[in-house]
Order: sequence, then C-alpha cells, then structure tokens
Amino acid sequence: MSTTTSTTSTTTHTVAGHALRTTVPVGAHYVEGSPLENAGPLASGTVVLDETVAPLAPWSARLLAGQTLTIVDVGGNQSADFLVYNAHDTDERYSVPDTLAWQGNAYLREGSVLRSNLGRPLMTVTGNEIDRQDTIGGACSKESNTLRYGFHTEHQHGCRENFLAEAARHGLGARDLVSNINWFMNVPVEPDGALGIVDGMSAPGKRVAIRAEMDVLVIVSNCPQMNNPCNDFNCTPLRMLVTDPLRETGPDNA
Amino acid sequence: MTSIADDHQTDSVLAARADARAQAERTSEYMPYRPASSSPVVPEGVDRDALVWAETVAPGGYTHKVIARGTRLRLDDPTGSACAHVVVFNALETNERLNVADTIKIPWQAYLGAGHPLLSGDGRALATITADTSGHHDTFCGTSSDESTTAKYGSAAPEGPSPSGRSRFLLAAAKHGLTGRDLPPSVSFFQGVRVEPDGALTFLGSAGAGTHVELVAELPLIVLIVNVPHPLDPADDYLVGPLTVHAWPGEPTLPGDPQFTATPEVNRAYLNSIDYAEARAL
Ligand SMILES: [Zn+2]
Repeated sequence: MSTTTSTTSTTTHTVAGHALRTTVPVGAHYVEGSPLENAGPLASGTVVLDETVAPLAPWSARLLAGQTLTIVDVGGNQSADFLVYNAHDTDERYSVPDTLAWQGNAYLREGSVLRSNLGRPLMTVTGNEIDRQDTIGGACSKESNTLRYGFHTEHQHGCRENFLAEAARHGLGARDLVSNINWFMNVPVEPDGALGIVDGMSAPGKRVAIRAEMDVLVIVSNCPQMNNPCNDFNCTPLRMLVTDPLRETGPDNA
Repeated sequence: MTSIADDHQTDSVLAARADARAQAERTSEYMPYRPASSSPVVPEGVDRDALVWAETVAPGGYTHKVIARGTRLRLDDPTGSACAHVVVFNALETNERLNVADTIKIPWQAYLGAGHPLLSGDGRALATITADTSGHHDTFCGTSSDESTTAKYGSAAPEGPSPSGRSRFLLAAAKHGLTGRDLPPSVSFFQGVRVEPDGALTFLGSAGAGTHVELVAELPLIVLIVNVPHPLDPADDYLVGPLTVHAWPGEPTLPGDPQFTATPEVNRAYLNSIDYAEARAL
C-alpha cells in the first residue's frame, strides 16, 4: 500500500463534560458550525417523545399503533438507517422486497406502506419532504467497507455495528438484521441497472413521517460512514419526534 | 377424479409390500435423481459421474442442499417459465447469509449476470454467477408472501395449488434448523424485473425456454431454492414451469482466474472469502 490515511495520534474530546485525550482514530464526525435546523413534527397530535440521536449513534423506540414518528434530518443529507419490527413478535420484520413488490416501485414516497416479511403493513409513510427515499442501498458495515473502500477502512464504525449493539438491547442479533431503509439517502438506479449512493437531495430540517400500523419496535443507526456521500461526509444529529393523535402519556420508550 | 385406490392391491401385508416396492420403478417429471449420475440430462461439458446433485424441482416446489466450497451449481429453465428463488447461507455459520442490498450495492449493479457475486453481510462472496444465458433476473421483489399469494390466487397453503414462496423457504430452512428469523430477502432467476426512471418496477418476464445460470460456491453453502411464480408475474393463474438443478465439484474463484480481479470490489470479496476459508483450513 503506497499511502496510509492516518497515523496514530492523540486527540482531545469533550466527554461527559470533561476533556478526554484518546488515541482512538478520528473517524466520521460532526463538523463544528454546520447549519442545523430542528424542525418540529410532520404529524398532528401530542408530542410524546422528542429525542436527538447524536452523530454516529444508534437509537431505538417502541411505537404504539397509530403513533407517528417524524425523523428530522437536522443537518441535511444524514442517512437514518432504519429497521422496524412487530413489537410483539420480532420474527415479523421489515422486508424490502415485500414493500417494493407490493407497491411496484423501487423508491419510498408519501403513501408507501412499509411491509413485513409476512406482507403485512408495519408502518406507512404519511409525510415526506424529499423527492424519494431509499430502501435498496442497505446498511454500511466494517465488513462491507473492506469491499467498497479497501481493507484500511475495516476499523471504522458502521451502521451494522450500531444495529447489532442496539438490537442486542432487545434480545435480537445478527439473525434479525435484514435489508433496511435509509431515510434521506439517494440511490438512483440507472437504465442499465447501475446504482450507487450519490449526493443527497435533502437539506437541513427536511422531514419524513411514518405512522405505525401496529405496535412496532424501530431501530435506527445515525450513519457514521465516512467514505461516501450518504451523510455529506459530515455526521449530523437526527431529531426523533413521536406524536400520538389520542394519548397524553409517553410511549414505552426503549 | 378417479380414486388412487383403483391402481393398488393392498389387502394384506405381503400385497401392500409388493405394491409399495413396485412403485419405486416409476418416474416423475419432477424428482431427484439418485445417484446424480443417473440424471436424464447432463449439462454440456460436465462428466456425468462427477455430478453430486441432479434434480427436477416441481412447479411450486423447493429443494435444498449443503454443498462444498468450489461446487458448481447449475439451474436450468427448460420451459421458459421457471422462477428460481434462491437464498444461500455459510453452512458453517448460518448467521452469515445472502445480503441482497450488499449484492447490488457493492458491485454498483442491480441486474444480475455472469461475474456478479452473491455477497453476505459479512463482506464475503458466498457464490459467484459464472454463466448466464438468460439475463432476466431480479434483486428487488424477493419471493411471494402468504399475504400477497392469498390476495392474488386465493390461497397460499403449502398443501394447496398455489403455495407462497415464503412458505416454501420456511420448510426448506426448517430442515437445516433455521426459522423465519433466518430468511433474508432472496434473489430470483429466470423472470426479470427492470427499474424505470421513476422507480417503477416493470416485469420483464422470461428470456425464453432453455436458458441456464451457473454459480460457484465460494464457501460451503446451505442452498435453498424455491420454484414459484415471480411476485410481479401478471398472470392470474399460478403458472410456473419445472426447474432443473445440477451440481458438480470444482474450485472457488482463486488467484489466476480472470474473475478474481474482475473488479476491485469483487477482488476484495474473494480475498475475504479465502481469508475465512484458510483460517478454517477448508
Ligand atoms: Zn451507514
């Protein structure tokens, strides 16, 4: 290998209010001063949960049937890698092919029904502020990074790591990870079948709203990829808002 | 329908035994051939005696097998109406399985053809398509669910006239100790789909009778194959043809093979597969 992309060095981070020196390589990160737009919910009802997913981090929550999750792309073009399960029987989980075959289209838009591996509606896209959403690009991982970008990227954090870590909190594991949705990511398919992750079509404050059609468990990875434009090479936060048209009390937040 | 009993004399144990034994000489359009060398059809250029798997899968049927690293697997669509839905697992660690998203994203290509790898979520090539005379395949729609099959045909029961693809995969998976949790999205061969500029999925259908696809196993694999109509098949009826399967021993994709360095991405996938195989002394 003719060049190396990094050498061991020490950086200082603010962790829990303290300055921490570390030799952990600096990977994808938030660029200080990037414009952020904390938009509100894209659905009516009482806000029963309002959380921020930090750059690079995983997140999960349970939604009751009828509640709507608004994901705010706070910094713009930040891929929110997303999996959803039947909260009462996680063997029933999001299925890309069932979703695509049923709607006859490769992209997600307002009105798209997110179907399970049993063909049943898990959630419905009820609001969407970008042209189309991706569900064919899959999640990034340390392992696939070696194929896509070279072995030197193997040590970098990835969405599969986030999914596994967060899934484990719910008793789920590698068997339960399936192809996912990437909210705010752009994966065009060209006439000859060529496809790939290209510059996004989102912007700070753009939102998607997804209504739970049954009680669901949602697992999200705020994508830490640093080798492609799925996050504009700048990891920004995601705001997660759950609204309930009926209830005043909060959901069983994970 | 006439009674099946009309063809049998089974009024004593001896008669029943003779009746049962006499049936073994019969053949069916859809059956495994044992030994595989007794296959009525042998792929051109393949030594009949080298065959390790020969079978014709019935319409609506399924098959499955554990195959060694390097095995060549050939699927034939003799009538132009088969649809081979396929899932593969690393036979040694079934957590590693086909990942359709990585299979299209990493090669930068959604349409399967010769030279296309089937990738796992663990950064390795599980298999490679080594030959393809059809070119009509699909990585978007997976297989049919009970829900969609019932909506379209009125029934999805495994014992009925229109079993769903998922119900078939569940049975095949169960025979390897796997469950619905273990079934990832599948790919399908012989019935194509194309993506229009607005994302619409157009059913391309078959390339015609007599096409085949050949794959090579880059690691030891559990192979599950289901032969049911494509989810976008526009026919109102459940019309799928037989599917022929043959396999014989060979080598995985190794240095020196032009495919080994066909693209930088696939090259690193093979390096990862070989790294795994060598550490396990495969
Ligand atoms: Zn990612």
